[in-house]
Amino acid sequence: MEHSTEEIKKHVKVYIAVFAALAFLTVVTVTISYLHLPVFQAVLVALVIATIKGSLVACFFMHLISEKQIIFSVLLLTVVFFTALLLLPVFTSGHLHVA
Amino acid sequence: MSEQHHSHDLPFWRKYIFSVDHKVIGIQYGISGLLFLLFGFCLMMLMRWQLAYPGQPLPVLGNLFSEKFMVGGIMLPEFYNQLGAMHGTIMVFLGVVPLAVGGFGNYFVPLQIGAPDMAFPKLNMTSYWVYFMGGVTMIASFFVPQGTAQSGWTSYPPLADIATVGQTMWLIGMVFLITSSLLGSVNFIVTIVQLRADGLSFFRLPFFVWAQFVTSFLLLLAFPPLEAAGVLQLMDRVAGTSFFLPSGLVVAGKPLTVSGGGNPLLWQHLFWFLAHPEVYVLILPAMGIVAEIVACNTRKPIYGYKSMVYSIVFLGFMSFIVWAHHMFLTGMGSKMSAFFQITTMIISIPSVIILTALALSLWGGSIRFTTPMLFATAFLPMFGIGGLTGLPLGLTASDIPLHDTYYVIGHFHYVVAPGTIFALFAGIYHWYPKVTGRKMSEILGKIHFFFSLIFINGVFMPMFIMGLAGVSRRLYDPMQYAHAQPTQPLNVFISICAWSLGLAQIPFILNFFGSLIWGKKVDRNPWESTTLEWSAPSPPPHGNFDHVPQVYRGPYEYSVPGQKHDFWPQDMAQEN
Amino acid sequence: MSDNLIRYISKPHPVTGVTNAKLGIWCFLASEVMLFGALFSAYILLRTGASSWPRGSEILNVPLATLNTIILITSSVTMVMAWASLAMKEFSKYKRYMGATILLALAFLVVKSFEYGHKFEHHHFPATDTFYAIYFTLTGLHGLHVLGGVVVNTYFLFPGSRMWEHEPEQFMGRIECAGLYWHFVDLVWIFLFPVLYLL
Repeated sequence: MEHSTEEIKKHVKVYIAVFAALAFLTVVTVTISYLHLPVFQAVLVALVIATIKGSLVACFFMHLISEKQIIFSVLLLTVVFFTALLLLPVFTSGHLHVA
Repeated sequence: MSEQHHSHDLPFWRKYIFSVDHKVIGIQYGISGLLFLLFGFCLMMLMRWQLAYPGQPLPVLGNLFSEKFMVGGIMLPEFYNQLGAMHGTIMVFLGVVPLAVGGFGNYFVPLQIGAPDMAFPKLNMTSYWVYFMGGVTMIASFFVPQGTAQSGWTSYPPLADIATVGQTMWLIGMVFLITSSLLGSVNFIVTIVQLRADGLSFFRLPFFVWAQFVTSFLLLLAFPPLEAAGVLQLMDRVAGTSFFLPSGLVVAGKPLTVSGGGNPLLWQHLFWFLAHPEVYVLILPAMGIVAEIVACNTRKPIYGYKSMVYSIVFLGFMSFIVWAHHMFLTGMGSKMSAFFQITTMIISIPSVIILTALALSLWGGSIRFTTPMLFATAFLPMFGIGGLTGLPLGLTASDIPLHDTYYVIGHFHYVVAPGTIFALFAGIYHWYPKVTGRKMSEILGKIHFFFSLIFINGVFMPMFIMGLAGVSRRLYDPMQYAHAQPTQPLNVFISICAWSLGLAQIPFILNFFGSLIWGKKVDRNPWESTTLEWSAPSPPPHGNFDHVPQVYRGPYEYSVPGQKHDFWPQDMAQEN
Repeated sequence: MSDNLIRYISKPHPVTGVTNAKLGIWCFLASEVMLFGALFSAYILLRTGASSWPRGSEILNVPLATLNTIILITSSVTMVMAWASLAMKEFSKYKRYMGATILLALAFLVVKSFEYGHKFEHHHFPATDTFYAIYFTLTGLHGLHVLGGVVVNTYFLFPGSRMWEHEPEQFMGRIECAGLYWHFVDLVWIFLFPVLYLL
């Protein structure tokens, strides 16, 4: 993989920015948890923030934002099956509520 | 470049035991797989004695078993259950898949794509030895004080949670086997994507390679949930958790002193999330092998190759969202059972397309009825019966009386036994010359074929009748039920056919080993086939091909008009 | 002896654009997504089926886990900086960043062991109830993955780093793959933390 030193230095700036964003979002998610929101909203907010944090790690630390098609195809397939695995069992249980 | 040693520099143990060459590893998987198939078959032959002659002492062999298995030669119910659980486990995870994927896949995928080896040779070797550890663990489990796993190959809790130590060993064995599979699947995917020879585009790949490619995705993405489930069951058994144990469970009159709050259905979801794609892992390589042999022995291209490719990819995708058709009786409500019924009906379509295309490939062909072709052709109606008998099981309403009866056993054995295993036999007869440089005997092969075909149908056809009569599976003594008693003569018939089927494998075993010494020597391409493996020497050396291959055409250019010969190899530059 | 060697170990494939190791590690990570997915699915099924379920913050130590989150995120930065150092051909910087990554990972495990120790002292074990069961199993499996990463990274810091001298591109590729694994471990924790501790 050919990377010039200038390119890498630009990447490094991005890594620092992402780190700051991740630290900030961590503080945000912990703070919101002290608000004791109703379950549905708490879950939604927590998962949205986690997804943003995860996307930052994936896109920039893992270089997914500039990755090749083949990698995306494998990941897309995985996400589809991951979703099925997460949702279908609880749908069959009929217990779509949280205590 | 990579640090590959010249093979003649390596000591014996690195050349033949801890080899990183895909061909050696393929043979290791193949031999191990065949030995486990034989062992699993023997377990079944023991079970068939109890079913044919319930409570009768087993002559001669009965005295060889210790008191924990057989008392006075009479099988104990616990031992029957152990045999059942391990027959399934060994056949699926130690026999068929290692032979079909680890054996045939490892040996022939790199050759058919013109590669020198798999992408990660050391990982390949690791995969084999982790599988070997899994096998050792599974066999060792027979020797623990209360015997091996006895809760079915499906290991449902709560029963499996509270079962004897053998179950813990089963779980540990499964962790090894799953790890081996995962490492192997990464290797296959990267190899097929990255190491195809120049000119070998995806739609010029032999169907066998497509089949192994889709199979690898199934293994990669479906196995981890079972690994997770295995960890959870180990936690239940060893750490006292209640992942799968509901509250208020009473065992032998006493309430269990666990926290409760668990869900037995959680296991079923995680297990079947793997185990349904697993059955496609069992059949896809077989379809691939049949396609290769049919094309070669009809001297015609496969009919509908592109449709078959789209079908197999679609099939692989759908296989992930049908699993709860194994759980129709668990109370999931009509909406969810309708969902799974619909996806199950949809998945039958690509299966039928593939089977039809293979059958149509015979039309107008110049058929050579060699032993591999006999097995490959027989696969078609046998898989047809297996597939069709799956339909009443996939439809919720008809599944209700058929679930967990002998009908199910008949259905899935038709697909795997006269289905997959026949295709694997076909592959052995077909590719033996490439691996050994000699042909197997046609006479012994045909004897093997005809007797196997007759007896295997004798074993499994009556099971549909028994299932429709309501005889439940996994029963040590089905005849304790009045409704089952009229079917007892069928049990005797099935058992006699099963033992005869065992005897019918003797010509194969003699042929397999005898041909190493007495088989007719052949050159690179005795079957006059078009695919790349036949351009390499028999057997291929380290690195496989004399020169880096270049591919010019598709995989099944047989009887091309205007060509002198009736086959045009993929890597032949000039006119033929 | 054939002249046919395995291609695309260091140079990417002309069509796919990736090396074998890059594709391989992403496939492996895809399988890991399914592994943790199964455990999250177990969490969902168990929690929705439970008549009562404690709030994570009532039972677990949120400040300690927040610290651990920051530790792991920082280790992800040092890991990618290790790779970037190799891309800029600065081997000694690589060693410092890789060493930092390993130390931060060990710190994570130390904090984790304090958490576990505290639970065990108060007689809270996996067998206590399903909340503890899934908490210990999820964080335990994640912890094993952290440990695995420590082992791999230590190998690449010490004996494995010799490859830099004669095969620098292949070594850089290996560090990139080790990095991808490490970021994934961080990613799992990013979801584990709110699910177990905050909800």
